[in-house]
Amino acid sequence: MMNWRRSIRGAYAIWLRDVLALVQDRARLIGTLVGNVVMLVALGLGLGGAIGNIGGTASGIGVPYIQFLFPTMLCVTGTMSAVQSTMSIVWDREFGLMRKVLVAPLSRTSVALGKVGGGVTVAVIQGMILMLAIPFISIPVGVVQVAAIVVLLVLVSAVVTSLGILVAARQTSLQGFQVISLFVIMPLMLLTFGTALPMSGGRAGGVLRVLSEINPVAYGVDAVRQIALPGQLAASLTLHPPVIDAAILLGFFVLFLVPGVMLFRKQD
Amino acid sequence: MIEVEELSRRFGEVTAVDGVSFEVEPGQLFGFVGPNGAGKSTTINMLCTLLKPSGGRARIDGQDIVSRRDEIRQSIGLVFQDPTLDERLTARQNLQFTAMLYDMPARVVEARSRELLDMVALTEQIDRPVKTFSGGMKRRLEIVLGLLHHPKVLFLDEPTLGLDPQTRRQMWDYVVHMRDAEGLTVFLTTHYMDETEICDRIAIIDYGQIVACDTPDRLKASIGGDVVTLRTTDDAVAAAVLLERALQVERNGDGVRVRIERGDEFIPQAVRLLDADGRTTVMGVGLKRPTLDDVFVKLTGRAIREEEPSVDEKMRSRRMQRSRRQS
Repeated sequence: MMNWRRSIRGAYAIWLRDVLALVQDRARLIGTLVGNVVMLVALGLGLGGAIGNIGGTASGIGVPYIQFLFPTMLCVTGTMSAVQSTMSIVWDREFGLMRKVLVAPLSRTSVALGKVGGGVTVAVIQGMILMLAIPFISIPVGVVQVAAIVVLLVLVSAVVTSLGILVAARQTSLQGFQVISLFVIMPLMLLTFGTALPMSGGRAGGVLRVLSEINPVAYGVDAVRQIALPGQLAASLTLHPPVIDAAILLGFFVLFLVPGVMLFRKQD
Repeated sequence: MIEVEELSRRFGEVTAVDGVSFEVEPGQLFGFVGPNGAGKSTTINMLCTLLKPSGGRARIDGQDIVSRRDEIRQSIGLVFQDPTLDERLTARQNLQFTAMLYDMPARVVEARSRELLDMVALTEQIDRPVKTFSGGMKRRLEIVLGLLHHPKVLFLDEPTLGLDPQTRRQMWDYVVHMRDAEGLTVFLTTHYMDETEICDRIAIIDYGQIVACDTPDRLKASIGGDVVTLRTTDDAVAAAVLLERALQVERNGDGVRVRIERGDEFIPQAVRLLDADGRTTVMGVGLKRPTLDDVFVKLTGRAIREEEPSVDEKMRSRRMQRSRRQS
């Protein structure tokens, strides 16, 4: 049995490597920032022109579309970054980097948890960069709300990262991972983007309804939206109270993480 | 240091390693040679605890490779053909990362990395990002990382693949130096036969089975000695003189060929002998010693050649280049 100190230090090493790599990779940081800001502005103003204010102008509680879009973009940013991080597991394994980690005297659980931690941290950093846009699109939030949004961002990233680990755990080639991604990650992204369309509380029916309910990221969008939009409007647009959303996210996290780590532990 | 008994590994229907047995003494440089796909990497992966054997047993430093994985991981170091460096980080950060994986105290890491970086002449480059390193520098850094935690056994899996001759030579110098300085046991795989000349012992593996295991000299001697070719003013006379001495002699177009052990010592004798006879004069001599390539041909019936990289490998290297450009 491996001792705790060593396991924690090992997981910390794996985590630190991912975070250092991000900090040092300025191109990636700037790329994310520019890409997401452009997407937020282009979609916000473009679609906003067609959709108009959300919640109507007459009632006085309506907000510009870009404010409605922001929670979606935030969760998309976290999701994309988390997917990228877990893809690096397969990548590392294929190109030998992972071999070095796997031959070190370190439990597989530490490796997997370190990877999850790294993926979450990187995703949260990238999401927080996008949050710098909050004042510019005049979303009225205080310190408490910002902190709550960060917590939700952590949860969303954790869910997607653990889903990624589950998918990547037994994949040894990038091709295989990409095929599975097509059936898991792509629908996830599309459904998440779908939350940017103002369908409001449960008006979508049938298959789409079911699909959006099993999209974990949608619960994050739902919760962030309630925190970021004015109370009255939020109540009319969202599905669950933020605490319930957070609990559901936590549930998804455990649901993906446990089998993911178990699969990762299995030796060839 | 390494004891392997009847080790096997099957992948579905395919038997990649088929009951290999050998032993490596402490402080020995042991070469595992064979063509691509012979089972070298599968064997090394099993010994490094990355792959479970389908049958047989193996122990490293007395520890079983299946039941005592953690102990083994602590006592082995690896340098693989695939890079294990994080290109995004600096050399120092790569060292720190490795040190953390092995839970090494900072002071020990400091001294050990200084010593090893000095050996491979990378001290000056320690704060440069690894992606700015040349191929040779990266491989030298890999050696440093593989040796950082004072392993008892160093595994080298095709460590010189794709390196220029100068770097290849340096690699072997470092390995031999560490064996002599620290009594390091080295297990290496290669499909370059000439590289195994520096090994204390080699095992030749083909189709998952060991076909020969001995010192390079004895393996070469086993296929018959050196060939000395003598060009003389009268080959017929020379052949007759040498035949009287009960030597293995044959004539061909450009001289008299003698197959004999210790050909280098035979040459002056032959010259004196023919001079003493007086009927013919030696005009030139040639000496050809058997190589390990000849040993391989003799044992397997075909030449071990540098095979074309498989489609898969080509894809991989292309993708790696692409990823490097992106980063």
